[in-house]
Amino acid sequence: MSDYLLTNLRELEAEAIHIIREVAAEFENPVMLYSIGKDSSVMVRLAEKAFYPGKVPFPLMHIDSKWKFQEMIEFRDNYAREKGWDLIVHYNKEGYESGVGPFTHGSKVHTDIMKTQALLEGLNKYKFDAAFGGARRDEEKSRAKERIFSFRDKFHQWDPKNQRPELWNIYNAKVQKGESIRVFPISNWTELDIWQYIRLENIPIVPLYFAKERPIVDMDGNLIMADDERMPKELRDKAKMRMVRFRTLGCYPLTGAIDSEADTIEKIVEEMMTVTVSERTTRVIDFDQEASMEQKKREGYF
Amino acid sequence: MTDTKLNIREFLDQDQKKDLLRLLTAGSVDDGKSTLIGRLMFDSKMLYEDQLAALERDSKRVGHAGDDIDYALLLDGLKAEREQGITIDVAYRYFSTAKRKFIIADTPGHEQYTRNMITGGSTANLAIILIDARHGVITQTKRHTYLANLLGIKHVVVAINKMDLVDFSEKRYEEIRDSYEAFVTQLDVPDVNFIPLSALKGDNVVETSDRMPWYHGPSLLEFLENVHVSSDRNFDDMRFPVQYVLRPDIKFRGFSTSVASGIIRKGDEVMVLPSLKKSKVEKIITYDGELDYAFPPQSVTVTLEDEIDISRGDMLVHPDNLPRVERQFEAMLVWMDEKEMNLSTQFYIKHANNNTKARIDQIRYKVDVNTLEKSNIEKFKLNEIGRVVLTTTKPLFFDPYKKNKQTGSFILIDPVTHNTCAVGMIIDRMGSKHLPSRITDMDKEKIAKGEALIKTEEYEQSYNQKGETIWITGLHGSGKNELAFSLERKLFESGAKAVLIDGSSLRSGLNRELDYSPADRAEHLRRVAHICKMLNDQGIITIGSFISRNSSLRNQVAEIIGKDRFHMFYMDADLEYCRNNKPELYEKAEKGAIENLPGVDMEYEIPDNAKMLFNPEENEKNLDAILDYLATNKIFPIK
Repeated sequence: MSDYLLTNLRELEAEAIHIIREVAAEFENPVMLYSIGKDSSVMVRLAEKAFYPGKVPFPLMHIDSKWKFQEMIEFRDNYAREKGWDLIVHYNKEGYESGVGPFTHGSKVHTDIMKTQALLEGLNKYKFDAAFGGARRDEEKSRAKERIFSFRDKFHQWDPKNQRPELWNIYNAKVQKGESIRVFPISNWTELDIWQYIRLENIPIVPLYFAKERPIVDMDGNLIMADDERMPKELRDKAKMRMVRFRTLGCYPLTGAIDSEADTIEKIVEEMMTVTVSERTTRVIDFDQEASMEQKKREGYF
Repeated sequence: MTDTKLNIREFLDQDQKKDLLRLLTAGSVDDGKSTLIGRLMFDSKMLYEDQLAALERDSKRVGHAGDDIDYALLLDGLKAEREQGITIDVAYRYFSTAKRKFIIADTPGHEQYTRNMITGGSTANLAIILIDARHGVITQTKRHTYLANLLGIKHVVVAINKMDLVDFSEKRYEEIRDSYEAFVTQLDVPDVNFIPLSALKGDNVVETSDRMPWYHGPSLLEFLENVHVSSDRNFDDMRFPVQYVLRPDIKFRGFSTSVASGIIRKGDEVMVLPSLKKSKVEKIITYDGELDYAFPPQSVTVTLEDEIDISRGDMLVHPDNLPRVERQFEAMLVWMDEKEMNLSTQFYIKHANNNTKARIDQIRYKVDVNTLEKSNIEKFKLNEIGRVVLTTTKPLFFDPYKKNKQTGSFILIDPVTHNTCAVGMIIDRMGSKHLPSRITDMDKEKIAKGEALIKTEEYEQSYNQKGETIWITGLHGSGKNELAFSLERKLFESGAKAVLIDGSSLRSGLNRELDYSPADRAEHLRRVAHICKMLNDQGIITIGSFISRNSSLRNQVAEIIGKDRFHMFYMDADLEYCRNNKPELYEKAEKGAIENLPGVDMEYEIPDNAKMLFNPEENEKNLDAILDYLATNKIFPIK
């Protein structure tokens, strides 16, 4: 019978492909949210697999907070061009023009305006009825309970108490006009699964994930990279070159690096096996308030 | 350095080869369920330091474990739930050991959370049923076992917890084991195992305990690492429910899905349901290259040697191994909605990538999940379970759930709220001894599908005519009815079998709920077309005289009947002529007293593809022209 046994990774892959195809079959106007992070890279590869030898039948959308690492944007543009994706880049124009940013407005206001609001604006603008996200259930407590097809009302809000039962691999795709779903094809993957898959499939990822000497400012224990001129000068002056890498990628002033020598996937995994801090703790936004991610998700954040 | 690098490579290579075990844990906080999971994860070192720190902080603030770390808090994610001290949804947890990866669906134990347990258990290979050693087998134990069995979970581990509180007594363990076994024989769980343990103290969770030397079995984790689940899948009955039709260009036509059961091989002869057409598997395609065969749950794309029309929801199967193809079946239904069941609702049903509608014909009985007693009931409320009979609009291609989870399961969706209001597991209606194990008889198959055994050609030969449709379009008052009625008489006299489909008699009977709105006019015509088709299939000539005011409606009718046997004629009478014929009707419409009259407030499109144009003043000539047309085209008579 071992001929008919899938490894854990191939089983997760098959599940994700099933989910992606189901959305393409059932929804009129799906979009894949593309964050440029490693999970997004995996998700895009899964979408390519789902429709091979055809093209992915929906666009990707990147919500640009305008404060992403420069390397991320470079990576995004090169990769999209090379692969010929249908890529939409959306940002909150009003927020951008009024100069909203984490240094001036704090992480809460910045995240709300440049990420959550921008996302809702983007989804409304193109009238997407289904949006893929790369969230995983092992990342954070409130995610562990979220469905794979996560229903959102017309204000894009999630109601954790009123989730649709989700059984077997049968997904309820019925929505009224204006309502939508968020879909998480890699819900059941762990961080290690993601790295394994990137290694196995040779999936390109942003170099920031690998250790390198970078200009770093220590802000209350958060190792923040001086990525551009918008970091206040008094902070930038404190920057020191330090061997670091990033476990997650987001807005550079809100994403802490970790000290690391890991410059290959193998070394990253090795580090992960010994490191004792879970992934999201390097994201400043989670610490804003108790149960903060759940609150953000209720408001429409991924 | 090279050394470590090699090790991590080895680790990764090993790790990616591990298989996956999905397990369900059911129990309430009092049973120590969360503590047990916390222990499994903690002792297999999947808890990170910050999670532990947060846990210690939370334990002191809201914990229920005194000064000890409250593992339960780790699992109860949502704020509201944490405050109530209970897990009210399904939480998924992940951990892995050197041998295997695990996904735990952690669900609450109380009866009011039956639906959560059902949700969490649907994909599980194995269920852990927790028993508090002090209390033994209680109502909840029976309920959880019943639900696990209902979901077709083949492996059950009875974890007899809190052994430390009964002095690790072998006698107590045996009492509980015996009483559980007495109960479980009523069900048919294939694999039941008992493990005495203490989640709080760690005995027999990860390491075998020396405090229970009388127990010679594995620890819980050892058991989970070694239990053999790969053969639980159905590898016998090939079911390929088409999920997505891949058409990147006109040359390529692929059918994608996750293989539901059985093995599909390159070169296999396959039959398509519902069309019954046959072809061979040309290629099995994946991004990573072509395969010789595919098995569940692989997600692949298949191409066939012949060009056959196949859509989402159709199913490829082996011709000598067909599922049941029926519109009516029995199922065990679990009601999942706060809103109670309404028997007059027409639900959406989703089954094996198929969407259609379903009604509940009958509730056979309700099962009391605590006592397993059956009772009669009018309708189901939240968390109630029972046996029902359902009828669907389209036939489903299914197997009994016990044999095939993938093709035996479905969900019902409320048509108003769109909530998933119930989930079902199909059971074989008749006892298996009354049924051949596999339907191979084509006649039976046809009857099941509602197809006649007499072929249309046989009728045509016998009647010396072809079952086709004469369709006369024109405005109200154009004289098309006069032509239609006299044509029917004429054909009757010539020995043809012809039926006139009369709009006004349909409207007073079969279609009496329809009005003259555009939507209802279309529905009226759709039904007319189906009647024509039915009669034509049986070799009968049908004559229809309908305004059918535009090409889209006429095309729809032609599509249903079949384009080749749809012959349209146009009664070429202008509005002036019609108004003189039916002055009252047109006056009313012009005053606005009636709406939607073609030619007045609704456009009538003159057909550009009619076989002939008729002058309403020349009825005899028109009749001859039609008879001539029928003869020339060998519609009647053929010989």
